[in-house]
Amino acid sequence: MQKFDTLQETRKGLSDKSISCTSVLRHFLSRIEEQKHLGAFLEVFTDSAIIKAAEVDEKLKTGKAGKLAGLVIALKDNICYKGHKVSASSRILENFVSLYSSTVVERLLAEDAIIIGRCNCDEFAMGSSNENSAFGPVKNPHDIKRVSGGSSGGSTAAVAARLCHAALGTDTGGSIRQPASFCGVVGMKPTYGRVSRYGIVAYASSFDQVGPLTLCVEDAASILEVIGGCDEFDPTVSSKPIPAYSEEIEKAQPPVKIAYIKECIEHEGLDPEIRAFVQNLLKRLEAEGHTVEAIDFPYLDYLVPAYYVLTTAEASSNLARYDGVHFGYRSPKAFDLESTYKKSRSEGFGIEVKRRIMLGTFVLSEGYYDAYYSKGQKVRRLIQEKTGEIFSKYDFIMLPTTPGTAFEFGANSADPIKMYLEDIFTVHANHAGIPAISLPLGKHSNGLPFGVQIMADHFNEASLLRFSKSLLNNA
Amino acid sequence: MNIYDKYETVIGLEVHIQLLTNSKAYSSDSAEYGALPNTHVSVITLGHPGTLPKANKKVIEYAVRLGLALNCTITRENMYARKNYFYADLPKGYQITQDKTPICRGGHITIKDKDGNERVIHLTRIHMEEDAGKSIHDQDPFDTLIDLNRAGVALLEIVSEPELKNADEAYSYLSEVRKLVRHLDICDGNMEEGSLRCDANVSVMLKGSKTFGRRVEVKNMNSIRNVKLAIEHEIKRHIDLIEAGGTVDQDTRSFDASKGTTFSLRSKEMANDYRYFPEPDLPPVIVSVDYIEKIRSTMPALPDELFNKYKKELHLSDYDASFLTESKTIASYFEDLIQKTSNYKAAANWMMGTVKNYLNENAITIDQFPLPAHQLSALIKLVDDGKVSSSVASQTIFPALIKDPGQTPLKIAETLNLIQESNTGALQELIKEALQKYPDKVLEYKNGKTGLIGHFMGEVMKLSKGKADPKVANELMKKELEK
Repeated sequence: MQKFDTLQETRKGLSDKSISCTSVLRHFLSRIEEQKHLGAFLEVFTDSAIIKAAEVDEKLKTGKAGKLAGLVIALKDNICYKGHKVSASSRILENFVSLYSSTVVERLLAEDAIIIGRCNCDEFAMGSSNENSAFGPVKNPHDIKRVSGGSSGGSTAAVAARLCHAALGTDTGGSIRQPASFCGVVGMKPTYGRVSRYGIVAYASSFDQVGPLTLCVEDAASILEVIGGCDEFDPTVSSKPIPAYSEEIEKAQPPVKIAYIKECIEHEGLDPEIRAFVQNLLKRLEAEGHTVEAIDFPYLDYLVPAYYVLTTAEASSNLARYDGVHFGYRSPKAFDLESTYKKSRSEGFGIEVKRRIMLGTFVLSEGYYDAYYSKGQKVRRLIQEKTGEIFSKYDFIMLPTTPGTAFEFGANSADPIKMYLEDIFTVHANHAGIPAISLPLGKHSNGLPFGVQIMADHFNEASLLRFSKSLLNNA
Repeated sequence: MNIYDKYETVIGLEVHIQLLTNSKAYSSDSAEYGALPNTHVSVITLGHPGTLPKANKKVIEYAVRLGLALNCTITRENMYARKNYFYADLPKGYQITQDKTPICRGGHITIKDKDGNERVIHLTRIHMEEDAGKSIHDQDPFDTLIDLNRAGVALLEIVSEPELKNADEAYSYLSEVRKLVRHLDICDGNMEEGSLRCDANVSVMLKGSKTFGRRVEVKNMNSIRNVKLAIEHEIKRHIDLIEAGGTVDQDTRSFDASKGTTFSLRSKEMANDYRYFPEPDLPPVIVSVDYIEKIRSTMPALPDELFNKYKKELHLSDYDASFLTESKTIASYFEDLIQKTSNYKAAANWMMGTVKNYLNENAITIDQFPLPAHQLSALIKLVDDGKVSSSVASQTIFPALIKDPGQTPLKIAETLNLIQESNTGALQELIKEALQKYPDKVLEYKNGKTGLIGHFMGEVMKLSKGKADPKVANELMKKELEK
């Protein structure tokens, strides 16, 4: 059978008419059914997807189809799609139907992407293993005893298991890149302000960013080019024009200057095989004519603590709207306003979400604000300044995406701090607001994939994607 | 000595003004008052998952306008902040407001104390925020109903320094605020509908004391008069408590207009910790010097400036000047009028007399007044030219003109045969005729009974059928009698 795992391959099949959007969609629908045990999808939008596929097939006949015709894409369950459920994998939003579409969904549909369903994730995108979903965990397609990573675990597993071409995830502290590393796919977090957050269920507004999970860099480029750019509904999106990434990545790769952070490579928590792999890769790149230099980054130990202070603060406020009053879950035991709040929220939110709401409420509270929130902001500013300094001299920073490969279910559950440290290499990009990508370059002796992460300066997605493509092609 | 005289009062006011923007502060929903409940509610107003705010630029413009009018320093880099609390009419669970960077700082409002002396009340700040929805407790026997039409409507909060000394000053301060915001066209100032709201912070201390007493905050006063009553009640309550050996609890209270008293809403211990932090969904708004200057150049003359102009340049009385500057519409009509006539005193008299009476009798405002300023100035000219007397102008021509605003005053005067005689030749004849009728009285006059001139004038007016110009006739009469 002809392969059409990627949009690239599907486009060829569509143009020689060996396949149709409908046949591709049907293939994926049956794959989803076969791989149900993974827990990747919370809901398959069969009806609307079939209608859309037929519509795109018609358009293809008349040559009027959009740029993403043929693409079958899944949404993380925190991305709003009008008339469809969006639950953020939480009881508190179970059966909540969105009244509007997010900007990214509008843009995908306008370019004729087929949205196949919504994918499981950690509740409100809070987690690194997808174990925090109210609707069950997501299994790693490479080893079902292991986690898919999180929080975009369902999206990533769906792509890795070939249940769709691509998926959208969101990345607040690594939620696209970390599962991409665990499941062996390409996961990209764009620059903060590159993609609209309108219609994305907010976790931490100044960190959240939507990005693609794909099997190849080409597909990531095609999707980013469509979903990115200025949006009147999100004032934090940059008005910088969106380059044609899919064309940019076809240009020849010039020699680049790569920095690596000594403290990361030497980090005691880093799996030695992953360390060796990254070191070898750096050596190879140097040998190929790129500049490779070690740099100091003095804030490594502060990345995760500052991240959890700032993101939980924002989350505690962002999640206040789930109060049982206007929409979502209301406890049947509620009898007045206060009990509506207390019971609905206690019953509706899972334990990790409650932990973070409490932590965030604490760091913002009177008497603790200066000690925690203000300090966190200062640390973030220092990280941003230092990162800017690095990018004044280098094109990229290369580091591992994760300290290890996918762990077994329950391995980190007893110790939230241990779980939080899974984010140590990924939160840097979210603090700094820079684009970062995880590339499925590594294969561990335990049989599991692992990713290599590359970070670039603000809005340098084009060069980041091009370099990523050259790395994957030479892998 | 009265025990109440032993104390002095310290009052600070927080005034919320609802802005007359078409759309809400952070969404494009209509901000109009009075629509059916929950009809101006998009997903943004409802705070649905994934929605984001978008700052309405008009709010910034209005804030700058108010700030300039009150001599505030305009903040160049404006950050938004979230104020977090749970309430059923606050769909997001937080209010978007400003914390550390209010758009206006400093500034002042000039009020008059009860002796008519000017007092400058300093302002702490003015910041931009959004309104909450409305909780309606009295329409359903069991449930509270929520109307979110108001949720997200733009507000400015004006915070005064604690410099007001009594309820009268608070009354005067609020009146000034209302006059100004109406004049600037940024708020309709309607306290009953809640588009202007006031919270009063009140404390008392022994005269000469340097430490403030315990402060209470009083809310829910829906008229300027009620603000005054609530403050008076609080002052008395505090002093009575202290004199009886008690202490004032630092609480938030509500005014009960039907009883004229206040009751506690919540104590200090129950006060919310609002956990302010920078709003991550809205980038800072930079207000440039150019922008500020652009707004300054489009500012209307302020009531204070007009008041001083009317007094100093037009030599009008305090009373006249304050009437004419009380509302923006009256002021702008008058401004128009004095472009067209230089008889300012007459212009003021017309406004204060005939026009005001007409408006009152017909229960209309000046915008509904049928005569444009040029008609009124033509009427003033008719009097000034001696063609009609001012009483004929106001009692006869004015009503005729109202009925037929297309006519000119002169035409009406001619049609009704009201043009008065100021032709000295013709008048001379009439005077002679009048005097000839009363030779005895002429003699009496010449012997010192000068009061008789009124009698002769009456005769002249009668002979002229009321058309004689009294001023001219009077002078001619005197000359004739002195012959």
